[in-house]
Amino acid sequence: MNVEELQQIAAAVEGERAQYEYEVNVCMGTSCLAQHSDRIREAIEKEAAGCGKKCRARRTGCMGPCAAGPMVLVEPAGIRYGHVLETDAKEIAESLGRKPVARLDPQLGSYFEGQHFRVLENVGHIDPENVEEYIARGGYEALVKALTEMTPAQVIEQIAKSGLRGRGGGGYPTGLKWDTVAKVKGAQKYVICNGDEGDPGAFMDRSVLESDPQRVIEGMAIAAYAIGATKGYIYVRAEYPLAVQRLTVAIQQARRRGFLGNGICETTFSFDVDIRLGAGAFVCGEETALIASIEGKRGTPRPRPPYPAVSGLWGAPTLINNVETFANVAPVIRKGGEWFASMGTARSKGTKVFALTGKIERTGLVEVPMGMTLRQIIFGIGGGVPDGHKFKAVQTGGPSGGCLPEEHLDLSISYDALITAGSMMGSGGMIVMDDTSCMVSVARFFMEFCMTESCGKCVPCRAGTVQMYELLTKICQGEATRRDLEKLEELCEVVGATSLCGLGQTAPNPVLSTLRYFRHEYLAHIDEKRCPAGVCEIGDARRLAHDAARTEVHA
Amino acid sequence: MPLTTERPPLPSEDRRWRIVNGTMRKHGYSRNALIETLHTVQSSFGYLDEPSIRFVARSLRVPLSQAYGVATFYHFFSLKPPGKHTCTVCLGTACYIRGSDKLVVEAEKRLHIHPGETTPDGEVSLATVRCVGDCGRAPVVLFDGELSAQMEPARLTARLDAWRKP
Repeated sequence: MNVEELQQIAAAVEGERAQYEYEVNVCMGTSCLAQHSDRIREAIEKEAAGCGKKCRARRTGCMGPCAAGPMVLVEPAGIRYGHVLETDAKEIAESLGRKPVARLDPQLGSYFEGQHFRVLENVGHIDPENVEEYIARGGYEALVKALTEMTPAQVIEQIAKSGLRGRGGGGYPTGLKWDTVAKVKGAQKYVICNGDEGDPGAFMDRSVLESDPQRVIEGMAIAAYAIGATKGYIYVRAEYPLAVQRLTVAIQQARRRGFLGNGICETTFSFDVDIRLGAGAFVCGEETALIASIEGKRGTPRPRPPYPAVSGLWGAPTLINNVETFANVAPVIRKGGEWFASMGTARSKGTKVFALTGKIERTGLVEVPMGMTLRQIIFGIGGGVPDGHKFKAVQTGGPSGGCLPEEHLDLSISYDALITAGSMMGSGGMIVMDDTSCMVSVARFFMEFCMTESCGKCVPCRAGTVQMYELLTKICQGEATRRDLEKLEELCEVVGATSLCGLGQTAPNPVLSTLRYFRHEYLAHIDEKRCPAGVCEIGDARRLAHDAARTEVHA
Repeated sequence: MPLTTERPPLPSEDRRWRIVNGTMRKHGYSRNALIETLHTVQSSFGYLDEPSIRFVARSLRVPLSQAYGVATFYHFFSLKPPGKHTCTVCLGTACYIRGSDKLVVEAEKRLHIHPGETTPDGEVSLATVRCVGDCGRAPVVLFDGELSAQMEPARLTARLDAWRKP
């Protein structure tokens, strides 16, 4: 494969497209597909043919505003429809080239204002199971360029220059990581893509893998060339069957086109990728646990150093990056590190994809430049809190992150600013809470999560999360004293400082951040035996509800 | 277990064992294929029982303790046979904020079982999951693996009742 061949493939795709006057793109991400968007696509194609329109209806990946799904995008007019049913197909087909169907307007308001698509640039525009369409949008240009025009050191230099940082949450500089693995000597090296998106309430990686899998494969291949690896693994959650299926197809197509395998692009470089399924363990998002899982063992972390860069999979030097990090690689190589660094803040470059959910008007997948404020995302793109309720907090970083209150809405999104405010970037879950959420209950929810997901290897995490969960339960039930609160704070410090891996070290974060900003809610539960949000059942109410549930469950 | 390098015969004539064996063959009977193979067993048989874990462990020459350790470590693997139908309530953060805890209570009341259990008649299993990634339309419930979004308690009980009708 060389540049000319890529151009030929792109020309063939464009030629095919030119035969049609209209293109109806139907979203087939997990969310829309669950509402039978595949049948909608077939129906539109049939109806359009029936009324003699030169139209093709295509399958595409997630278009973003999942709550308005199933989504349909009509090109070239750029009209979006939401909540489409199979029975709307005829009306959509007839409206092609005429006035849009007004009643199917998804009412997205300012959803797309301020969004900037880099990682998601192909999403909604290509068929994820068609490598040729990816090539037609500039796909694999970067791999060919890297292999034929650049040395591995030059590739790493561009990545370092771009200022790209790990999108899995930690924010470690990607260029530095690549450089470290490249410099370690080893006959066999590995590249691993971390797609174990365990953070509940986040679905960025799922969407990228489902909508544009080739981009992740291309990023991995470039990384492999840069560090000198020949084998890669993509670790995906088993809870994401559609992502696994699309990836499987994508890998087969990439092999057939010669982007994976031996002697890629007529060079001596060889690289191949396999999928490994997760099996429902949050701790496997931690790199050493993930490596253990790929080796077929229990996913328990081990102390670092040695870091995987030195001793990773089967003891070989291993590079691990997140799905979104790999998805950022190809454009950096294509357009240069300086282009990438031109967007964002001083120390956080480029864009970040967020899964905007919770009590918010327009939920979905959004991609914004680093440095945008929380207010712009939540109230501009997301449209604020629905049903006349009041904004209370926004949770970022999942079980390792924290809840930020209204005073922090004007915070600019960057790795460092979020940590200073007591939360973290995380992988990109952004969950909005309104006045009906009790912050103590939310902290308890996350602690319950960490308690069940703790792998049990180190004592502070295994025992500490249980104790913290029980103290939080006591507070929620209105049975705690001020002494319990002190104990909770002590435990937060001990578990955070002494746990083996990230799971335990960050498990106290949701408690610490809610204590920092919503201490009055904790005190209301303890001193006044009252839940300000009216969520916790305290005193008589709790006893009654508890008794009723017991009789009913065991009746 | 006798010390032997020979692979054990398939436990029975059941064709599903050939699918399991196929997965192991694809990975060259490598020890690393343990999790992949257990995935195949679970998708073929619905759960992992003792004979299947023993068979996989012997075939891959993995200590039985390690195979059992892996099977019990990961939440995705189940050691109990599932009911005819499975109702899985998502307990991800977005679903929780939108009230999935109430859905679990509702299902418990209707089925008289807790998550992880199956009704005595073997009809319905109740399960919970940590996020299926359809957070945009929370709360989400899977009925026999099929996604139903923006779920309400009344709709949930109606679906459960429909399963239990003779």
